[in-house]
Amino acid sequence: MFDFLEGYDLLGAFWVTVQLTVFSGIGSLVLGTILAAMRVSPVPLMRAFGTVYVNLVRNIPLTVIIVFSSLGLADVFGMTLGVADDFDTLAFRLSVLGLSAYTAAFVCEAVRSGINTVPVGQAEAARAIGLSFTQVLMSVVLPQAFRSVVGPLTNVLIALTKNTTVAAAIGVAEAALLMKEMIENEAQLVLISAVFAFGFVVLTLPTGLLLGWVGKRVAVKR
Amino acid sequence: MTSVLYDAPGPRAKRRNIVYTAGFLAVLALLCWWIFSVMSDKGQLEWSLWKPFTEAQAWTTYLLPGLGNTLKAAALAMVIALPLGAIFGIARMSDHRWIRVPASVVVEFFRAIPVLLLMLFANQLYANSSGISSDLRPLYAVVTGLVLYNASVLAEVVRAGILSLPKGQTEAAKAIGLRKGQTMTSILLPQSVTAMLPALVSQLVVIVKDTALGGAILAFTELLNARGTLAANYANVIPSFIVVALIYIVLNLILTTFASWLERRLRRAKKSTGAVLAADLAGAEEPVAEPGIRTGDGSTT
Repeated sequence: MFDFLEGYDLLGAFWVTVQLTVFSGIGSLVLGTILAAMRVSPVPLMRAFGTVYVNLVRNIPLTVIIVFSSLGLADVFGMTLGVADDFDTLAFRLSVLGLSAYTAAFVCEAVRSGINTVPVGQAEAARAIGLSFTQVLMSVVLPQAFRSVVGPLTNVLIALTKNTTVAAAIGVAEAALLMKEMIENEAQLVLISAVFAFGFVVLTLPTGLLLGWVGKRVAVKR
Repeated sequence: MTSVLYDAPGPRAKRRNIVYTAGFLAVLALLCWWIFSVMSDKGQLEWSLWKPFTEAQAWTTYLLPGLGNTLKAAALAMVIALPLGAIFGIARMSDHRWIRVPASVVVEFFRAIPVLLLMLFANQLYANSSGISSDLRPLYAVVTGLVLYNASVLAEVVRAGILSLPKGQTEAAKAIGLRKGQTMTSILLPQSVTAMLPALVSQLVVIVKDTALGGAILAFTELLNARGTLAANYANVIPSFIVVALIYIVLNLILTTFASWLERRLRRAKKSTGAVLAADLAGAEEPVAEPGIRTGDGSTT
């Protein structure tokens, strides 16, 4: 029944999807946290930069960003990201770059909403014992904020997992590209689609359940 | 000025802030200068590449038809997905297991799958087993994918909106003898609309953005696709991307601005008839980090 799978590297394609998710997840978490720190900082210029970044990037389609990273950054500006003539690796890295830049805006908003849940008294106490802004942020506010935003961040991560399919637009050999190829060549449309749908359910469902459980455990009880 | 993180600045903090501002300004200026110099190195700042956008032809031949298709697909998807989402959202709260369970399965399934896979599936399905002409097929496929995905996300929005209403509303409706259907249509749904509005609009933005997938992968001639034809004609890759990105940004900002205006109006209207809900809605508005009302994992697509 499943002999149409022969000759296709199904697991390999999903492995690329997972890799895209993991690398972009890390990239967007770092960038998004920096952006969130900017958006709550006492320096108006940094706040303005963070706001502008989030509002611009959130309103541009991810597809436009990914296609731009390939046609604009790589072709026109000659960006190689450390791989000069390996096109597959270059496309992969460009996708990670685009996905991170895009997802960072959503991570930033999630983290910022977490910062808003920290009671003002916590920060006042921290300031009262003489901590600086950076110290208040790093050792009092952000740890509490992160514990309360596991839920929203999980949603961002699941959306990111699904968004990695957009990398198919610039030829990264991940699940969506393989599905496109397979349904064009094989007659088993419904069965092939079901296999890929199942793959994404397998990727996203346990993530949601596991992190939902983690989120409940680490949430700050107030 | 006081917030969770910092107090009103004293003299030292003010000086420090000025130093930080100057430092950040320098970094930004350096970044701008770098982008500028790279662009001029590659000849992307030449007027001949930007000139097409000041003339009518580039707009009437490429960008406006593309934008038209983007809006058409987004509008169709929204008009179909909204009632479908409402039906599924209400079905998930049904008292009957045989309605509730299948509705939940459908909603959870389509939410877990990337919208691109749904579009690819629909495209091939229409190619194999329908008489839709190949010009129209991409539009149909894009709309089908968007509807399946967004209806299930909207179902969750509707459900969360209705669940956010105080229990007393349902109880009062029962007390005056309304049937279940009447309670839903004349008590619960109208009230939850205000609470749902922010999530609904962010979903509308998602729909507009997701139409670009059809352009990149299914050869649907929407804005991103039209940009390709335009850039092939005028050889202005970077300017065309910048213009198209700006169009998307303006379009989506108009949507969100309109929504916040509408929300203010609805809220004001509600207050004038009786401030019963004011406190609850204010509560729902707080940026609490809880997946409750702001369901949208989809809002990120």
